[in-house]
Amino acid sequence: MIGGAAAAAGGVLLSQLPAAAQQKATAPPAAPPPVAPPDPTKIPGAPTTAVGTRSPFFTPARAPVGEITGTALTPLQDLSGTITPSDLHFTRIHDGIPTIDPSKHRLVIHGMVDRPIELTMDDLMRFPAVTRTHFVECSGNGRAAYRTPKPDMTPQQVDGMISQSEWTGIPVDTLFHEVGVQRDAKYFLAEGGDACLLARSIPVSKGRDDAIIAFAQNGEPLRPEQGFPIRLLLPGYEGNTNVKWLRRIKLGPEPFMTRWETAKYTDPLPGGKIRWFSFEMDAKSIITSPAYPKRLSGTGWWPITGLAWSGRGRISRVDVSTDGGASWVEAELLSPLTPKAMVRFQYMWQWNGDEHLLMSRAVDDQGYVQPTMAQLRAVRGPGTDYHFNPIRAWRVARNGVVTFEANT
Amino acid sequence: MRRLFAGAALLTLALTACRLDARDDYLGDKDPKNFDLGHSPSPEELAAINIDVSPNGQGLPPGTGNGADGAKVYASACASCHGANGEGKPPAYPQLLGGPMGASVDFSKDYKIPRTIGNYWPYATSLFDYIRRAMPLTAPGSLTADQTYAVTAYLLSREGLIPPNASLDAKSLPAVKMPALERFVNDDRRGSIGGKAVR
Repeated sequence: MIGGAAAAAGGVLLSQLPAAAQQKATAPPAAPPPVAPPDPTKIPGAPTTAVGTRSPFFTPARAPVGEITGTALTPLQDLSGTITPSDLHFTRIHDGIPTIDPSKHRLVIHGMVDRPIELTMDDLMRFPAVTRTHFVECSGNGRAAYRTPKPDMTPQQVDGMISQSEWTGIPVDTLFHEVGVQRDAKYFLAEGGDACLLARSIPVSKGRDDAIIAFAQNGEPLRPEQGFPIRLLLPGYEGNTNVKWLRRIKLGPEPFMTRWETAKYTDPLPGGKIRWFSFEMDAKSIITSPAYPKRLSGTGWWPITGLAWSGRGRISRVDVSTDGGASWVEAELLSPLTPKAMVRFQYMWQWNGDEHLLMSRAVDDQGYVQPTMAQLRAVRGPGTDYHFNPIRAWRVARNGVVTFEANT
Repeated sequence: MRRLFAGAALLTLALTACRLDARDDYLGDKDPKNFDLGHSPSPEELAAINIDVSPNGQGLPPGTGNGADGAKVYASACASCHGANGEGKPPAYPQLLGGPMGASVDFSKDYKIPRTIGNYWPYATSLFDYIRRAMPLTAPGSLTADQTYAVTAYLLSREGLIPPNASLDAKSLPAVKMPALERFVNDDRRGSIGGKAVR
């Protein structure tokens, strides 16, 4: 079913490519089985190391791997809190992950500006920076669970194209000030330095509002697959617009109409219409535990926990239902409520051994309530599944097995 | 009075903290007009990367190509992934040609309706821009301007949008009318309350 997720995102596995494009995806070596002494308090432990590693008892992984166009999804069911470990941040790439020497990388800002500039990384790092925590979500998140739903899908396979980091970078507004953006400039083209030169048109107003040119993620330089050495970070906007490996910003009077904002990432609507420039990711949530493949080992107290987010502001409330949406109770929010960031919710539930249908429903500070699948389909039609934020459900069977339930 | 001032200061601090502009957060009243970092790119530096093409044709390079030449480019550079007739190998390699045409086509009814150049792309210039940026997947940037015009002409003619063997250049490409353009509408979701009133 992971293949289904990749397929829905337009994934290309290396083995499907013409021979010239095939580079060996290095398979991680099989981890040795963990060995723990019978009593760790009776022998000295291991010495310090230069770089830490995860406990051998915890082996989360993105999936699928080995692609040059497609996705690698975050294992939501394995994670706690709201920050995604950088090496597990979801990845969506369109022609591989480039290797970029930061000493040779340049950012050019030009077009409708008074003073075009070219910046080295050293130049860029001399501007005042900001640090913000935001999610990045692919607008195709949830497609596989819609097109090829299966009971044995994990949160990773259902909605694993969302991750969250603490990002550090230079506000785009600071650089706009530096170059003198002209009054008639309404959009800027953001262009990446990967092999497809991915490019998107972004409103200048977003650049002035809260856009960041990020150089760090969770306290260290960006991971290569997240745009090393710099990426555009547009809080709350669909993932594709957060252009990685950023090499050029060009100010213009109108959108530049690239392939990624016309032929792709647009939303068909009834009546033959197609919605474009649908940037903001609407409020959404998903229970990450209990969820497949977890099995409840017995009746009694269980935390129902998950993640909620909105691209339009703060989450204000998350409701949980244990009866398929017939009744809702407000969950506890475990982390600070900051704009355009994931929060973790928790609801302590006493399982009585009966069959239950668990759901979560996010509400944001704009008063937006996460819709059901049926509500989305009724308005947008069954052929539209970008920007797809239906209520997610998990069925708990009498034997404790938890499975994904697509229709809500 | 002192409390009032303290309150006002706190309020100012809170308002300042809400703004992302680093100039306000960190510079206070220093506020230099510019940091004067970096340098002006030379015309050569700009020309090397200023590759985008707008719907009005701005950015299109000199050169020309026709559908007959484009068919040869397609066969050698594109067909191995997108198929001899642009049928693609979905989902990995998108279908380019042969989708249903006409105003009655409603993509919202079924995600399986092929979204092709003729029925979904609103601007012909975007096709040139994308091919020049990203195609072919295994050797992006390897086509000349003439080859890019030619393969663009081939694809547009196969979709019936320009006459067979018509030539395209910087003047004629932006003039190609794409039937999908009238389908596109702006995002109207802002202010939606979701739930039963989702947009």
